[in-house]
Amino acid sequence: MATKAFQKIYTKITQITKATCSLKAAGIGYDELASVDGKLAQVVRITGDEVTLQVFSGTEGIPTNAEVVFMGKAPTLKVGDQLAGRFFNAYGNPIDGGPIPEGKEIEIGGPSVNPVRREQPSELIATGIAGIDLNNTLVTGQKIPFFADPDQPFNQVMAMVALRAESDKIILGGMGMTNDDYLFFKNTFSNAGALDRIVSFINTTEDPSVERLLIPDMALTAAEYFAVEKNEKVLVLLTDMTNYADALAIVSNRMDQIPSKDSMPGSIYSDLAKIYEKAVQFPDGGSITIIAVTTLSGGDITHAVPDNTGYITEGQLYLRKDSDVGKVIVDPFRSLSRLKQLVIGKKTREDHPQVMNAAVRLYADAANAKTKLENGFDLTDYDNRTLSFAKDYSEKLLAIDVNLNTTEMLDVAWNLFRGYFTPQEVNIKQEFVDKYWKEK
Amino acid sequence: MATKGIVKGIVSNLVTLEVDGPVSQNEICYISVGGVKLMSEVIKVIGQNAYVQVFESTRGMRVGDEAEFEGHMLEVTLAPGMLSRNYDGLQNDLDKMTGVFLKRGEYTYPLDTEKDWAFKPLAKAGDRVKAGSWLGEVDENFQPHKIMVPFVFEGTYTVKSIVEEGKYKITDKMAVLTNEKGEDIEVNMIQKWPVKKAITCYKEKPRPYKLLETGVRTIDTLNPIVEGGTGFIPGPFGTGKTVLQHAISKQAEADIVIIAACGERANEVVEIFAEFPHLVDPHTGRKLMERTIIIANTSNMPVAAREASVYTAMTISEYYRSMGLKVLMMADSTSRWAQALREMSNRLEELPGPDAFPMDLSAIIANFYARAGYVELDNGASGSVTFIGTVSPAGGNLKEPVTENTKKVARCFYALEQERADRKRYPAVNPIDSYSKYLEYPEFQKYISKHISSTWIDKVNEVKTRMLRGKEISEQINILGDDGVPVEYHVTFWKSELIDFVILQQDAFDNIDSVTSLERQEFMLDKVVNICHTEFKFETFTEVMDYFKNIINVFKQMNYSEYKSENFNGFNGQLEVLLNERKEK
Repeated sequence: MATKAFQKIYTKITQITKATCSLKAAGIGYDELASVDGKLAQVVRITGDEVTLQVFSGTEGIPTNAEVVFMGKAPTLKVGDQLAGRFFNAYGNPIDGGPIPEGKEIEIGGPSVNPVRREQPSELIATGIAGIDLNNTLVTGQKIPFFADPDQPFNQVMAMVALRAESDKIILGGMGMTNDDYLFFKNTFSNAGALDRIVSFINTTEDPSVERLLIPDMALTAAEYFAVEKNEKVLVLLTDMTNYADALAIVSNRMDQIPSKDSMPGSIYSDLAKIYEKAVQFPDGGSITIIAVTTLSGGDITHAVPDNTGYITEGQLYLRKDSDVGKVIVDPFRSLSRLKQLVIGKKTREDHPQVMNAAVRLYADAANAKTKLENGFDLTDYDNRTLSFAKDYSEKLLAIDVNLNTTEMLDVAWNLFRGYFTPQEVNIKQEFVDKYWKEK
Repeated sequence: MATKGIVKGIVSNLVTLEVDGPVSQNEICYISVGGVKLMSEVIKVIGQNAYVQVFESTRGMRVGDEAEFEGHMLEVTLAPGMLSRNYDGLQNDLDKMTGVFLKRGEYTYPLDTEKDWAFKPLAKAGDRVKAGSWLGEVDENFQPHKIMVPFVFEGTYTVKSIVEEGKYKITDKMAVLTNEKGEDIEVNMIQKWPVKKAITCYKEKPRPYKLLETGVRTIDTLNPIVEGGTGFIPGPFGTGKTVLQHAISKQAEADIVIIAACGERANEVVEIFAEFPHLVDPHTGRKLMERTIIIANTSNMPVAAREASVYTAMTISEYYRSMGLKVLMMADSTSRWAQALREMSNRLEELPGPDAFPMDLSAIIANFYARAGYVELDNGASGSVTFIGTVSPAGGNLKEPVTENTKKVARCFYALEQERADRKRYPAVNPIDSYSKYLEYPEFQKYISKHISSTWIDKVNEVKTRMLRGKEISEQINILGDDGVPVEYHVTFWKSELIDFVILQQDAFDNIDSVTSLERQEFMLDKVVNICHTEFKFETFTEVMDYFKNIINVFKQMNYSEYKSENFNGFNGQLEVLLNERKEK
């Protein structure tokens, strides 16, 4: 990093830990960036004339007489149309060999949107996947994560959703992503000919873990540029937020903070909320929608990361392998889109809410029947019918390889109801039964 | 001269100031950073060092930046014109702020000083008054907004003069009061009050006993809340806390509703902004927004102001209660507030209590809930603040400090349950674990006998017992199998399912089903209890299931129909036919 004229250079570090170093300095602003021995660092504590810096790439090899230069500003990103189609690292520097893009320099992690200036999200995002569109409809301005075990194909599903959703820009924020996954996204997007509407900020497993703390703010600063200045519909993909939280825990630990549940910092809720709440529908038509991934350990959603995420996001999507049909499905029980009420039955056909609920209820009855079967009890005729229904429902609607529009999905559901049940068993408002329960 | 301070240290939003004069705990100061002033509150003092929490981002703050102390604690400004407004946690009017993004250091006045109010005097020259006495009233969105002797006034006063009926602005001189020393003091319509202190200008705080109708059956019928009561709704995410809270705030029979959106999703507040101006209060027929004040400190807004937001909301609630109004305050969620306390306690390097929460968490929660209540005023009128808070237990585990400490003080407990939510049985309030202590109050029982019916409470208790019995049987069936228990067991089980489907489950998104009047609740409860008392004849358990599913289906159609409408009566007729088919002769 080039130093400017008249910049003061400090050369006396008084304390070094694994992630931080401290020195005596004056006139330093909180959150300000610095370069320590050429490595990027940020002010995290000021006590009198002692300044503590968090060195993003770790303090390995930093000598006590290293050159420290303060830059007088918080981390920034140069935003502009030239961002499109480019790949950057956590500092916003290109990693694709291209030139440094020109643009307006903006501090990342900027202020929040005034809640009264937000618009109520009301535009449906169609993905063609019935497990999402039928049961857990997504809306622009929403924030929703996939809760998935590391071995599940969440990145594939996310890439598919991103490409099918009609967004103007897709911003990919990769945190602790394997190089293979990075190449997967790159290839998928370029094969689909969508590269020119994609901006990526990538921190791979090869990069220092603390650096990934910058990724979401970088991605969302770029997203805000396109959504606010250009009134574009922006979809932000953040994978994997568990890696982000782990980096937070490392830093808070090095700062001697008292950990709360699962060794996470006490501020984990606010830290995650600050990112997810950037999802917004602006009055002028621009929007930021966030689809994230939170990997679970052994499916445990009571762990602090998924638990706090669940309280922040507007629902969550679970993937599960259905052994009956041998396909990955979107789990209808635990998945939820909180904003679906804003569009279903309004932007989609009137019977959508009731059909959705009835199908899930019958699927739950099938799960009960399955338990009965496993416990060696006799099944009733109704039990057997729910089991057959569940199989078809899983195959024809829940599986992630389905690609239908919502009206087709509703018709498929009515077909299944009619095939296995009587109207009384399905328990839907009479006026819809009269209208859609047609004989074969 | 005001005390000044100099920034000595910064860790996130905890700043150490070296001060040159006296400061008090919780005093407000403003720190100048790059031309903007950031509001802060003193939370600890050691020697010449005052530790303050800054209500905004401290980015760019430097050692040596200057601070000025205000000489008072965090206050709210109280006067006519607060209804329908959207405030942040520090009572800044969000609608007056410029731009799409919140700007650091932008503070806006919470009231309108230009508006004319039609004032009617209630006191006259010569009257003896004290803090909280009504001097007059103005019409604020059809509510009689009382202009009161400021709560900070100590002792008794004599009204020297009071303005005549007419139009006045809130800053106009309304009355002159003479204190015991003979000094004259002018008052206008505005008064200020520190949010951390309870407003106690009332004569008595008796046990509450009047039912507060919410239109939510699982609350009104099963576990009622009362005017001036306290309740809390814990639940894992995705179990419908917010939907239930919104339903209560839309439908409750209150004069004023104050919603503190504390550390929750911004889109949920946007939903209120979008819907309340159009939705109609089912009790008065006016727009919901007219009776509502929203205090929004969403999860991305400054953490320190989150704590302030619940106190701001409570103080405004108490202010309206002193006018003899029925106030309902909702806070979503008190866990976020507790977490804000935890973050600060952590930065102060205090020794942590359970789950790293501060040791005095239980006292803080207890004190806050104690501010709710039903009060009798000196002039014989009564008012109430009913408080319902949600709790977001970590991992859905109710054995965590916020839930446990809240359970000690709140009288109603509405436990949202993951299993019910998974089965889409909404509202997912567990009928067995939840309770309302008010059902046991003799005052409340007397009130219900007089206003609903003398058999109501017995029926409610019977329904609760049946739900418990139903659950036991369903567990037995799971172990022994459908054939392993007598057919009568199935009948008992399905009677509890009938109660569940018809009374407890309610479609919050259906225009008709979402709100049920007390009269209708009584009608349905009678009907369901009657069926529970009916002996039926069945040969096999599948007959039982099919039969009850039929009944439930007709009942559901009834719930979706306008009360006593043609459709409703038609379904009621169908039901009678079904019942007569199987009745044991």
